[in-house]
Amino acid sequence: MSQYPFTTVIGLEVHVQLKTASKLFCGCSTEFGAPPNTHVCPLCLGLPGALPVINEKALELSALAGLALHCDLPPVTKWDRKQYFYPDLPKGYQTSQFDMPICADGFLEIEDPADANQTVRIGIIRAHLEEDAGKSMHDEVAGRADSRIDLNRCGTPLLEIVSEPDLRTAEQCVAFLTKLREMMVHLGVSDCEMQEGSLRVDANVNLHIDRNGEVIATPIVEIKNMNSFRNVAAALAYEVDRQYEEWETKGHTIKTHGKRTFGWDDGKQVTYPQREKEESADYRYFPCPDLLPVRLTEAQREKVRSMFTELPQQARERLQSQYDVTAYDADVIVSAGPEMLAYYDSVATACGDGKRASSWVQQDVMRSIKEQGISVDQFAISADQLAALIQCIIAGELANNRARDVFEHMLDKGVAMDQAMKDLGIEQVDDSEIESLVADLLSKNPRVVDDVKGGNAKAVGALIGQARKANPNANPQQVRELALKMIEQM
Amino acid sequence: MALSTDDVKKLALLARLDISDLPVDHLAGQLESILDFVHQLSELDTEDVEPMTTALDVDNRWRRDEVLPSLDRQDVLANAPAADDECFRVPPVLG
Ligand SMILES: [Zn+2]
Repeated sequence: MSQYPFTTVIGLEVHVQLKTASKLFCGCSTEFGAPPNTHVCPLCLGLPGALPVINEKALELSALAGLALHCDLPPVTKWDRKQYFYPDLPKGYQTSQFDMPICADGFLEIEDPADANQTVRIGIIRAHLEEDAGKSMHDEVAGRADSRIDLNRCGTPLLEIVSEPDLRTAEQCVAFLTKLREMMVHLGVSDCEMQEGSLRVDANVNLHIDRNGEVIATPIVEIKNMNSFRNVAAALAYEVDRQYEEWETKGHTIKTHGKRTFGWDDGKQVTYPQREKEESADYRYFPCPDLLPVRLTEAQREKVRSMFTELPQQARERLQSQYDVTAYDADVIVSAGPEMLAYYDSVATACGDGKRASSWVQQDVMRSIKEQGISVDQFAISADQLAALIQCIIAGELANNRARDVFEHMLDKGVAMDQAMKDLGIEQVDDSEIESLVADLLSKNPRVVDDVKGGNAKAVGALIGQARKANPNANPQQVRELALKMIEQM
Repeated sequence: MALSTDDVKKLALLARLDISDLPVDHLAGQLESILDFVHQLSELDTEDVEPMTTALDVDNRWRRDEVLPSLDRQDVLANAPAADDECFRVPPVLG
């Protein structure tokens, strides 16, 4: 439909809520979903005389995110007040960072969704710390004319990550967000749950239309309220068409209309204009007199570097070389999150067989925690227990399916491995017991002995079933080997 | 430093001050004299002076990430002009 070729120019602003126990400047809890206004103190309320004190962990997590994004961590960072009035911000200003952010000038590399062999480097202008506002709810159901305000979220630490306008397609944006989220979750910086608001995305987008060599820019639109990556893609796709048409029919350009703020209506699948954003000068930023500048110490920088272990992609590569698992298996484990990766690492190291560990973790552990709707941290079978179980398989003491019975029993009854084996009547069958069992079977089955002697080693399989009938814990592998050895000596 | 009537009205709006009953010219004059007073600072040559971010001689004061008790909700809502059992109630705000 478009007559002239154009380039889409997109920059993203991503807010991630930092994974701290307490708020940025007070000791109130950051727990999600608490009853309204129960995590509120004089500072959250903006009461006179209440003074902020910086949460050390928020600084460390921000610096960690900065390292992952190849940012500089400047020697000094400071706090500024961004003034505006809104009922969910009792102080009348948001404590943020204006001209000296904690992280600056980095980048994130993504695979171009249009060409998997092509890497695209997306610049990161800055990442700064700021406090969240409270939540306003309009009480439509009750038909009341007023809004309800919950200040629990007020003061929760956010890191706002601002990209350069280096993104060109909605698909690139989704790739960028996916990689950013995985990185932040993996490093423990944030949970990045869009549903809970711990990851929020705004997009700035416009078009550079090439009209026979003359480049015309459409007005920049900032899109808000996109609460899933799918919505980000849909909103950008819609906005690109809308801007082209608006230019075509009304002639709007960046010179005539500047920048506007739009929302995304998920129901109608359209963007719509929101209240005009105040010019940034209207926020009247100035340094917060209640807070001191921060100079991250060498000890803190060292601590953050030690927290920066490996990124998801490095973890995928490490699993393949360290445990000899396939790229697919490594991807499944790493994509399941840092807790799952740590669990797998422990199991694989303790049992010494990364492939078996991978198959147990993927099939049995992941299925069980999914059924129970829990995270692996809450899983009843510890990594050590699973490793011990796998070692029994490796040692030939348990067949795979018998081990699975033990696993299920441990889960059902909530017992340790030893108890589960006892409950299932699995005892260590000692060698002499197996030897007499096999000797007995051979004397009862002269035809099997003849067949084997005649060169048909497979005939010994007939004995396995009988052996297991006589003793369910007899290991098939051991019975087979022993029988062949005894026949040879006959 | 000359402030226009519009400047004063805009400042009042940003600060959510109702000045509709007050003589704006009078306010503009008062604001101007305050700004002129502060403006004396610009007579100093600060060419080689590093910008100051705080008047205090200390920095790096922070606390460990530990949860402390919050207020009782009753106390939180006590001073609100309007509230229900759980929340503050304010004139309608959009999205
Ligand atoms: Zn608080």
